[in-house]
Amino acid sequence: MPRLTRDDVAHLARLSRLALSDDELDHLAGQLDVIINAVARVSEVATPDVPPTSHPLPLTNVFRDDEVHPSLPVADVLAAAPAVEQQRFKVPRILEEE
Amino acid sequence: MTAQTVAGAPTAPLLDFDDAVAAYEPVFGLETHVELSTRSKMFCGCATTFGAEPNTQVCPVCLGLPGSLPVANRAAVEATIRIGLALHCTIAPWCRFARKNYFYPDMPKNFQISQYDEPLCTDGYLDVEVDDRVFRIGIERVHLEEDTGKSLHVGGATGRIHGADYSLVDYNRAGIPLVEIVTKPVTGTGRLAPAVARAYVTELREVMRALGVSDVRMEQGSLRCDVNLSLHPVGSTTWGTRSETKNVNSLRSVERAVRYEIQRQAAVLHAGGRVVQETRHFHEDSGVTTPGRSKEQAEDYRYFPEPDLVPLAPDAAWVEELRATLPELPLDRRRRLRDAWGVSATEMQAALNAGAVDLIEATVAAGAPPRDAYKWWMGELARRANESGRELAELPITPADVAALCELVASGRLTDKLARDVLDGVLAGEGTPHEVVAARGLEVVSDDAALQRAVDDAIAAHPDVAEKIRGGKVAAAGVLVGAVMKSTGGRADAAKVRDLILRTLGTNS
Amino acid sequence: MNELIRRTAAELAAAIARGEVSAEEVTRAHLERIAAVDGTIHAFLHVDGDGALAAARAVDAKRAAGEPLGPLAGVPLALKDVFTTKGMPTTCGSRILQGWIPPYDATVVRKLRDADIVILGKTNMDEFAMGSSTENSAYGPTRNPWDTSRIPGGSSGGSAAAVAAFEAPLAIGTDTGGSIRQPAAVTGIVGTKPTYGGVSRYGLVAFSSSLDQAGPFARTVLDAALLHAAIAGHDPKDSTSIDAPVPDVVAAARHGDVRGMRIGVVKELDGEGYDPGVRRCFRDAVELLAALGADVGEVSCPHFDYALAAYYLIAPSECSSNLARFDAMRYGLRIGDDGTRSAEEVMALTRAAGFGAEVKRRIMIGTYALSSGYYDAYYGSAQKVRTLICRDFEAAFQRFDVLVSPTTPTTAFPLGERVDDPLKMYLADLDTIPTNLAGNAAMSVPIGRSPDDGLPVGLQIMAPAMADDRLYRVGSALEAAYRERHGRLLIDELATASAEEGR
Repeated sequence: MPRLTRDDVAHLARLSRLALSDDELDHLAGQLDVIINAVARVSEVATPDVPPTSHPLPLTNVFRDDEVHPSLPVADVLAAAPAVEQQRFKVPRILEEE
Repeated sequence: MTAQTVAGAPTAPLLDFDDAVAAYEPVFGLETHVELSTRSKMFCGCATTFGAEPNTQVCPVCLGLPGSLPVANRAAVEATIRIGLALHCTIAPWCRFARKNYFYPDMPKNFQISQYDEPLCTDGYLDVEVDDRVFRIGIERVHLEEDTGKSLHVGGATGRIHGADYSLVDYNRAGIPLVEIVTKPVTGTGRLAPAVARAYVTELREVMRALGVSDVRMEQGSLRCDVNLSLHPVGSTTWGTRSETKNVNSLRSVERAVRYEIQRQAAVLHAGGRVVQETRHFHEDSGVTTPGRSKEQAEDYRYFPEPDLVPLAPDAAWVEELRATLPELPLDRRRRLRDAWGVSATEMQAALNAGAVDLIEATVAAGAPPRDAYKWWMGELARRANESGRELAELPITPADVAALCELVASGRLTDKLARDVLDGVLAGEGTPHEVVAARGLEVVSDDAALQRAVDDAIAAHPDVAEKIRGGKVAAAGVLVGAVMKSTGGRADAAKVRDLILRTLGTNS
Repeated sequence: MNELIRRTAAELAAAIARGEVSAEEVTRAHLERIAAVDGTIHAFLHVDGDGALAAARAVDAKRAAGEPLGPLAGVPLALKDVFTTKGMPTTCGSRILQGWIPPYDATVVRKLRDADIVILGKTNMDEFAMGSSTENSAYGPTRNPWDTSRIPGGSSGGSAAAVAAFEAPLAIGTDTGGSIRQPAAVTGIVGTKPTYGGVSRYGLVAFSSSLDQAGPFARTVLDAALLHAAIAGHDPKDSTSIDAPVPDVVAAARHGDVRGMRIGVVKELDGEGYDPGVRRCFRDAVELLAALGADVGEVSCPHFDYALAAYYLIAPSECSSNLARFDAMRYGLRIGDDGTRSAEEVMALTRAAGFGAEVKRRIMIGTYALSSGYYDAYYGSAQKVRTLICRDFEAAFQRFDVLVSPTTPTTAFPLGERVDDPLKMYLADLDTIPTNLAGNAAMSVPIGRSPDDGLPVGLQIMAPAMADDRLYRVGSALEAAYRERHGRLLIDELATASAEEGR
């Protein structure tokens, strides 16, 4: 298994939106590498003939009917917002368009 | 080659379109997002009404509050299967929703519930007609996902995202069911590429309408397109690098964006450069595309099966039940109507683009001869709709009214000119054509005695002209016809008047 | 020590129903107990004294009006702070949710309220349920009532400690990899992880959606069954909720009887890494089951050895996605919004400041396991191991009605011992994780104190999905045998010790 480098960890932090300090990165790099190497053993028995299980129950086709239910009062919607303007969530400037 | 400057956008050199398609073959693909018109959202019971006050149609689920869980809307799944069937797709017997993970403020959970490698519908096609040619557009996949919220960008010069000071987010749209329809690469369209792209989206919109699954109002964002396009030298078999243009949100824009990208990429290639694989944004106002923020590396969405939703497993019985609900497909219907109406493919295409097909059909059903129905809707009424910036269907006149008008003309009770006056009355809200005719007294003068009196008066008033006619200058009769038309307020049949004048003056021509 | 707090939930409900004591008195006694001991134990993050008393008085009013009362009406309960409670803070033990008051009740909470159960407050937990010691709470650790220098288990350590310290007769926890069973074991009480889908997850703040399950803590098997029955059942708001009748766990708890039951001892859940005292207690309990008439045998589940590795890929993967929503935009903490920073930067600063070390570790492991190029080797392989573990269970349940093992390899370890050794910490869930991966039901029941250190040891009972009643049959039989042999329950020893202390 490839070792997890500090750069890898920095990349993971960016993907995870975690602004980690250099100290944290150093500390985590070591720990994550150990953990990743320990859990990598799943591949020992995960042969191609074994189907994956994503859901523990064999349920399918669970639906709701297309009915409208009351929404939350707008005051409740915005109650916990760090900032509000024009009945909308005020958020810092957005860098890129998706 | 011309360099075009657009306000606020970087200059991109463009190659002349004809030169571009002479040298390069375009390959394009379209990703179309269609908002379904279900009553409630994809995974919760919030209403989907367009234009509601901000954040009034949200609940813990679509706001992504901690602890909330999604439950799939059966109607949305059924609509997606029906779309897949209408597009001749295979319906997956078992598939899962997946989470598409990326951070963005208008996405409450910072993942979008979508479908990834197990779409509900795959491998279909949609036939479209351009210039009497049929193009079969392959459908790669149709899948179901949830829409995001909407941001308002505040501050900065443009009100656009770039340069804004902050943004305001409304989550009313978040969680509305969205169907993504992805084409296979479309090849071999050459100079028709822009028209084919437009025709595809138009046809797709017709299919959605026929199915009744979406409002497909592009101006409200319920149908949105991304256009992928690449060029390769004519004769080459290796495709070029493609760009992905987002934000192409009207039929006209689809055509323009394809055309623009062909010209832009051709200019790059023509100058010996390389097309960059990138996301570009289309600007409705200027008709150009500009590059998005370049990313260090491709986005890693870390898709995985959505554990909060159980798999979809449409069995054959359910699928057949849904198949039985499919309407006649729009193209089949138009072909049938074309034969019935005796119009050309081009005329039918024009009717489609004008949104007139349903109206003409209903008018014919109300008793009008097809050619007349076509003529009124595509002529006089289309002109008036265009002048007032409205859709044909928005005009305050019904197919029954138009059929009545046709009948009045056919029976000789109205001339074409009078009929246009009647139309004015109907559109002004004065009632049905018959009511307008009665109220405005617009009917053709059919009383021969009255008409003879008017002719006699006209002759008496223009003795010199009458003399010329008697002398064989039959062409001078026009003056007297005009006088009679004037005295009858246009309510006379001009041909009949002319006949009567000549007969009265004894010069039967 | 007020005598009321030593009573079981069933006894309290009966006394309230008969009018021997008011629900308000019962609630007051528990609030007093909390005031007396929780400064040390720190089981609660939030005590809702006024709300609890109001709810208790409502029960008394109902009784006075002659309205029918449910089987747990007026009984106080401690709720893990991972459930949304309308009008009451919900932090999940995290700084990022400090002060968040949800606008809606979790389905479990609604069911508790509908059953007239009195919610005393919200209990401490490892941040977002990630941990086995409750040391990962942003609000300080909870202490084990048996030895306050030791951990109460986790992640539902606050709920377990509250019940063991007689602050509440009942508590709700959640179990993703053992977070109910392991704390129950190390605090000497009963804890059940119901079948996945048995109890609604709506309003349970998700750690790992395909593994999380809410369940009861109590000091007796019957109390646990009564609470289990109160919160279980189909919920249309949870797509993974099972639409079938809840197994009759209460009847099973009332008729503890293992005669003729086939009980399999899982070979792989024993051996190296297990405390000798834990093994000894476990062997004694297995012998006891045989003596009670069970048909005991050994069974091998070879892929259980891979369960821990699979778990530490699946749970972090799901959590990396589930916890993405904590981004400072709509609720919770917001750090660094100075008007110049972008949303992206504010998100990253807030998440870095708002999440603790273990949560960050798991988010990053999960992000790694799901990223392109690694998905198949990590997340994909883990999902295959999940299949293999399900098959092991299926094969074992062909031969046995239930399986048993120690609940956790050791007794309560000292606070601080494993904080910076994640792998060692993860071993606490070695025995409990396979059940979560398979979606089955399992329970921990107290079976005695380790001869090594005098601390409680639990036995885990595992049953197939939707056979939760079997847990209660076996648990109840063991409990009755313990009571018969010792004249009291294990937890009563703590009550006695505690009462003596208080004198």
